Amino acid sequence: MAILVDKNTRVICQGFTGKQGTFHSEQALAYGTKMVGGVTPGKGGQQHLKLPVFNTVRDAVRDTKANASVIYVPPAYAADSILEAADAGIALIVCITEGIPVLDMLNVKAAIKANGVKLIGPNCPGIITPDECKIGIMPGSIHLRGKVGVVSRSGTLTYEAVHQTTALGLGQTTCVGIGGDPIKGLNFIECLSLFEADPETEAIIMVGEIGGSDEEAAADYIKHHVTKPVAAYIAGLTAPAGKRMGHAGAIISGGSGRAEDKIKALELAGCVVANSPAGLGEAVLQAIQLKGRSK
Amino acid sequence: MNLHEYQAKNLLKQYGLPTPIGAVAGDAAGAVTAAKSINSEQYGGQYRGQYVVKAQIHAGGRGKAGGVKLLDSLTEVEAYAKKLLGNPLVTYQNAPDGQLVNQVLVEETLPIAHELYLSMLVDRTHERLVVVASSAGGMDIEEIAAHHPEQILQEVCDPLNGLVGYQARNLAFALNLSGEQIAAFTKLLKGLYKLFKENDLSLLEINPLIVTTDGKLVALDCKMSVDDNALYRHKDLSELRDLSQEDAKEAAAHAAGINYIALNGNIGCMVNGAGLAMATMDLIKLHGGAPANFLDVGGGATAKTVTKAFKIILADSNVKAILVNIFGGIMRCDIIAEGIITAVKEVGMLIPVIVRLEGTNVDLGKQMLRESGLNIISAENLTDVAKQAVKATQ
Repeated sequence: MAILVDKNTRVICQGFTGKQGTFHSEQALAYGTKMVGGVTPGKGGQQHLKLPVFNTVRDAVRDTKANASVIYVPPAYAADSILEAADAGIALIVCITEGIPVLDMLNVKAAIKANGVKLIGPNCPGIITPDECKIGIMPGSIHLRGKVGVVSRSGTLTYEAVHQTTALGLGQTTCVGIGGDPIKGLNFIECLSLFEADPETEAIIMVGEIGGSDEEAAADYIKHHVTKPVAAYIAGLTAPAGKRMGHAGAIISGGSGRAEDKIKALELAGCVVANSPAGLGEAVLQAIQLKGRSK
Repeated sequence: MNLHEYQAKNLLKQYGLPTPIGAVAGDAAGAVTAAKSINSEQYGGQYRGQYVVKAQIHAGGRGKAGGVKLLDSLTEVEAYAKKLLGNPLVTYQNAPDGQLVNQVLVEETLPIAHELYLSMLVDRTHERLVVVASSAGGMDIEEIAAHHPEQILQEVCDPLNGLVGYQARNLAFALNLSGEQIAAFTKLLKGLYKLFKENDLSLLEINPLIVTTDGKLVALDCKMSVDDNALYRHKDLSELRDLSQEDAKEAAAHAAGINYIALNGNIGCMVNGAGLAMATMDLIKLHGGAPANFLDVGGGATAKTVTKAFKIILADSNVKAILVNIFGGIMRCDIIAEGIITAVKEVGMLIPVIVRLEGTNVDLGKQMLRESGLNIISAENLTDVAKQAVKATQ
């Protein structure tokens, strides 16, 4: 088990022959991901990394039976690429691209919702089920197949969570980087519900940051629907209000989106919230112990 | 990217939306000319009302800080413009430094019957454009939310249908508008929606939207923010960027393509990834220190980007030590260490640099830092790097 992706996931890459697409496809192939081809308009019929290149996602899906796509195209074309993948019947779309205009994402999100496709990102590291499938830019080597599900708005903080759970021997089932944009595909709640339903996942790490109220909504969901131990960390306690902290979505505005409020909500929902990014591993161990005791 | 009030009002005018008559000026003489033109061109020399002079800065709270003044005569307009221009205006939003006033907007004044609040923004929860309105105009929306939550009205726009007439009517009637004002308000809202979409705004706020004593709706003040990610398709709007309103160090970093935000502490930070960069600031605070900045150096962390980042951090004279926190990821730690060593040499670093590396080839990377013979401390881990940096500044 695990969630969303496994060894049977058939992946294509949009923006395949570009610099990013090439580099990360090579990495994914080396990791063992079942890459089945790629799309670069105008280069259809060629071979790249010993895989077929197609002009359109529709062609790629028809010939390769791909069910997942990873997008590395520049921000100006990314919305187009997501919609193309959705229309071609791709079930899981992972968009790595950073910098997509928010109004583009409003339209994309409405279309995605209407046809039930799952989107991860944009502005995210991607998703990995250790030893089976790596879709995105995360370093495969730090992962260890195990029992913790990781969901995070930040790329490098996901790596911290992975690094620490690997060092403790807990390992991960699946790690989902949901991305740092204000309008995005899968959110905490969808990932939490998938981890809750996954028999292999025994505990969950959730990494949030300032901006919006997704962590508060997730806390409410955890309180009512998640039985597994949850550890959390929220970045941005020292972030000044009104400033965008790197991620388009990481901004405290109008008194909402503050780290304090998110931490409080998660603690009230029974999560163990680490006060330092160095404490994620310890926090999940503690969460597991606490749940064990209360059973 | 924020626009000045006068720039926002120019956009409103382009879309045929009602604003007070006025003009922007960069010097006192220009302010007088602007005031004269209100009278001569629009009132045939019969204008008897007051003039308003408004400092153009990217911060709220101008009124209370003396940046907005009603004046009776051209002499007063000239004197007040002279007083504002070329000086920083400090408001509760930009304290303690304030922002430089390079322009003033001179406008007619209108007889006000009511003040309303109106804004349009991308709502993250609904994942839609949302219109927010209130009959409690003139106050901050946070203030209204705190004291009169029942007076906050909201309409959520479906991306396919946009802002529909009934939604404008819902708001108009709830705001106690009547008669011809309903149609005027609908026209205003539809125009704002079009403007918002066509210019890739992320926020549009009219506060107050006034109802004049003769029943007209006019945008007395206006604030607009453009989505930075969409500036590539709005060359005209990009040119409106006013760097004088931004922190000089932040503006320089922006030009160099680095995500940097200045803070008040003395530990400079260079981190890869926005989330980890924020977490590093928190970690410094947790261990009793104060971060001097947020800086996301990105995934590359090459000698070139690290050098650039060091220069930006060192431009802040408060910085007493630099904390580098890089999770190597796909990039190998020995390559990153090499980049850091090259950069430290190149900038002639005089203060300690405390480095935490993690990822592939981490041991080799740490060894290279230790053996560099430079003022570089290789920290053991995340907690250690924060503790050592705090220690270095005490």
